[in-house]
Order: sequence, then C-alpha cells, then structure tokens
Amino acid sequence: MPNVMIRKNDAGDLLFYVAKKDMEETISSVELDDSEQWGGAVELTDGSRWYIDPISPPPTFPTTLRFKRGDD
Amino acid sequence: MSALTREEAQALIQEVLEVYPEKAKKDRAKHLAVNDQSVEQSKKCIISNRKSLPGVMTVRGCAYAGSKGVVWGPIKDMVHISHGPVGCGAYSRAGRRNYYVGHTGVNTFGTMNFTSDFQEKDIVFGGDKKLDKLISEIETLFPLSKGISVQSECPIGLIGDDIEAVSKKKSKELNKPVVPVRCEGFRGVSQSLGHHIANDAIRDWVIGNRDGDESFQTGPYDVAVIGDYNIGGDAWSSRILLEEMGLRVVAQWSGDGTLSEMELTSKVKLNLIHCYRSMNYISRHMEEKYGIPWMEYNFFGPTKIAESLRKIAAFFDETIQANAEQVIAKYQAEYDAVIAKYRPRLEGKKVMLYVGGLRPRHVIGAYEDLGMEVVGTGYEFAHNDDYDRTIKEMGNATLLYDDITGYEFEEFVKKVKPDLIGSGIKEKYIFQKMGIPFRQMHSWDYSGPYHGYDGFAIFARDMDMTINNPCWKKLQAPWLQSSEQDATPQAASA
Ligand code: SF4
Repeated sequence: MPNVMIRKNDAGDLLFYVAKKDMEETISSVELDDSEQWGGAVELTDGSRWYIDPISPPPTFPTTLRFKRGDD
Repeated sequence: MSALTREEAQALIQEVLEVYPEKAKKDRAKHLAVNDQSVEQSKKCIISNRKSLPGVMTVRGCAYAGSKGVVWGPIKDMVHISHGPVGCGAYSRAGRRNYYVGHTGVNTFGTMNFTSDFQEKDIVFGGDKKLDKLISEIETLFPLSKGISVQSECPIGLIGDDIEAVSKKKSKELNKPVVPVRCEGFRGVSQSLGHHIANDAIRDWVIGNRDGDESFQTGPYDVAVIGDYNIGGDAWSSRILLEEMGLRVVAQWSGDGTLSEMELTSKVKLNLIHCYRSMNYISRHMEEKYGIPWMEYNFFGPTKIAESLRKIAAFFDETIQANAEQVIAKYQAEYDAVIAKYRPRLEGKKVMLYVGGLRPRHVIGAYEDLGMEVVGTGYEFAHNDDYDRTIKEMGNATLLYDDITGYEFEEFVKKVKPDLIGSGIKEKYIFQKMGIPFRQMHSWDYSGPYHGYDGFAIFARDMDMTINNPCWKKLQAPWLQSSEQDATPQAASA
C-alpha cells in the first residue's frame, strides 16, 4: 500500500508519483471521476493497475493518497 | 568525421560490451542506448538508478556526498557537521565552489570543515556524547551560526547512534534548529538518494518553521530559485535576470542561501527549479502542502534562456511578460556578439558529456547556440524521469549512457572521436592524456558562472579556449612526427 502523490501536469493529465520508488506515471483511466466521488480502479499508461476506495467529495490535487495494487 | 548512423552506434555499443563476462554484459547493455526521439518513455530504452556492478569503474558518489556536498553544504549561515571519521568531510571540503558572500568563520561557514573525527572508542562506545559536546563547542566558537545540521557518515548508521535525540535536546538548549540527517553513505545506489534524504530533512525540520507566522511581507511576484548551487556564481547571474524582469527572489536553494530564506520559501508564489534531480522532492512537497506551483527552467545559452524567461513570465501578468521581452532585447546585442565571435571558431565541433544532475541535458542548448553538436550524453545518477527529459533534447542516433564505466567511456571516445569532452575530475586527465580537449563540467573547471547571459559569454570563451588551444597539436614527440609535418630543416651533413 504505497503512499502516492497525485498531481496535475501542465497538460492537465493526472500524474501518479511514488516518492519511495521515484516512479512517476501518467494516469490513463480512473473508474470513478465525477462531481460526487473520485477513485476505484486506476490504470496507468505503463499498464499497471491500482485501487483506492472512492473518495467523496473528490479531493483537490496535489494530494497524497494510499493506493493498493490492483492485481491483488 | 561525420556523426554515427544508428546502425554504427548500435554496433559500437555491442563491440564495447564484448569484453564483459556474460552476466555483466547483460546488465550493462541495459544502461547503454542509441537515442530515438520517437520513444516517449525512457524506460523502454535505458535503465537507470541501479546499483553499479562490483568491479567496474564508476564515478558515482555516496548519499553523504549528495546531502552534505550538494544540498545542505551551500546553506552558508549554518554549520554542517560531518559526523563520523574525518576523511569524508576533509576530502570533499570546498570542492564544489559554491560561492557565497559573508565572513567565513564569523557569520558564514561554507568552506569550513566541521567534523566529529570519530576514533575507535567512539565506534565502540557510541558517539552521541561527543556530538553533544561538539555542538556546544560550535555554539561557543561560532555564536552567529543560525543553525546546525548533523550529516551522518557511514559508521553512524552502523553503530546505531541516536542523533535525533541529541539534536532535539541541543536544539532546545541553544534555541536554534539542529537538524539530524540520516544520509549515511551506504544508503541507496548513488548520491541521488542523499539528495532525497536531504530534501526530506528540510521538509521535516525547516519548511514548516514559519507556518502561522504572517510577519513576512509577501508580494505578488515572489519566487524562489530551487536547485541552483551557485557554482562559480551561477545563481547570481540567474538571479539578476529574474530581478530585471520584476520578480522578487525570496530564496536561493541552496547556493549562497541562508536558513531563513529556506524557511520563507513556503510563502512564495512560484518555485523555479533548475536542478530537477536534486530538489524536485521538496518542490512537490511545497506544491502539496502550500499549493505553490513549480516549473523547470534552463538558463544555459540564449535560446534556452529566452524560452525559459517567457515560460516563467507566462505565470504572471502582462507587466512581467513585457519585462521579460525587454530583458531578452536588452541582452541581445551582447549575446549576438558572443555568438558572432565564437561560432565561426566552434562550428561543427562534436561534444560528449557525462555529468550528473541536470547538465547532461541542460547544456545541450548552449552548445547548439555555438554551432556545436552533442553526440553523446549520460548521467552518473539519473532516474527515468531525467532520461525522459533528455531524449527530446538529443539528436537521433546519438549515444546515451547511464552510470558509464571508465572502460566504456574510453572506448566510446576512441570511436566517436569528439572534439570536446565535458565531464568530471576523474575523467579529466585520462582524456587530456589521450589528446582530447576536456572541460570539467561539475565545477566549470575553476571558471564560471555559466548560467544566464553573463555566464554564456564565459561559457563560449572557455569552450573556445579549450578546443582551439595550441597545446593539442604538441602532444606528439617531435621525433615521432611524420616528415611532412616536420618543417625543421635537417642539419646538412659535411
Ligand atoms: S561512503 Fe561512507 S565513508 Fe565513504 S565518503 Fe560516503 S559517508 Fe564517508
């Protein structure tokens, strides 16, 4: 369950940054992303999948959240 | 010599790898690549930030070097204790040329070496008492220091000293920040982790110090310069451009910087990052905690400077944007003259770089402004995100090499035959003896600054002075020179 910092880049995409691993990836899809809630299954451009219980109301970015690996 | 084609470059890498045993070959192959601008993510072509192989010659540093030498060391009004045996601090003292103003030994301490000089008994019985005493001594001798940082060397982590407890106690006693930094040299694969640890220490012990204190008068144009270590005066020649644009530089991290500047950084409107590698961590933290956006910029060479000034100005209102144009226009005659003078002397020359931090990609623009071409570049301690940023800057079919070994570098150079190499002190004399012009690009070979318009003039002069130096033609002994080169008339035999 790594701590992940989510922030927006200049183009408006969400970035998924794991400080411990120094890994930064663009988020390609988020299961739930509306005015009510944000979260669920999250997929990155490198194909890896992560999960977070939906947060409501949606958080403001940048912020640090705890994610689970999607495949377990 | 024309540049290599993609196939030639690939073949060269294969040829160089040939001497390694199977396992090492497999490992090193991942760190060498031929640049392809169409690749979006560098991890598809090059692997970085991995442990160096035992037995190869690497020039990497340790985490202590990253923290004490790079991030903390230049903060001039603090005393930085090299905690542990004497060597680590003594041999690295003042080597980076982080310029600062102040009276050394009175209110600034940049070039001094403070160490706890561990002896056998400290290793056996622990060094916490010694550290306690040492901090008190520092306070007596240097009462104007604004704070103290404890930079751990290897033994501290090995014997399990509790430097945090000592620091807390002394901080209370002296009423000054005393910052324990767990940057023991054995942590991580290179100095890069030391940067990260140092950033985290700043986050935990410095950044929040002025939270809730509104006494500092903020302005709409407050910025901080992050990741400029003022090598040879770099930060100064950058800062004046920002100030001429109408921005107020609240803090310099960390070249010629002070503790209070760092504490005030949480109040600025924008963080400007020069060295992304060593200080992106703290910028990300400030973005999250204080909502301060950050952006990378590049002050090497007029093309990149103008690009960066415009990008910075775009964050602010029209006055600043107009000012940015004025600044660029103001210096135009100056840098046009520099290019007119040096470009004809340097046009078409090929450069190979191997440095750390930001330079392997940032200086490319400056060389291009002089008509030169960078045909190979690499980092000592980069991560994927650095190579992501490099791929776009480098031409196709140029060489990329990560944590290159002494052997690989020499072989590449023999084949590519660059006209100039820019790298560190450990490479300098090897290549000079091979007869190749060389600039030491970590501390600018005792020159500098290279940032900003003023720096560009010095940069161009230095490159010309090195490449066109007559000494390179004198490397062969006179009796080995071929007869047509040898113009000296033979003594007539009687
Ligand atoms: S690796 Fe350890 S002993 Fe060597 S310089 Fe770094 S801190 Fe000192």
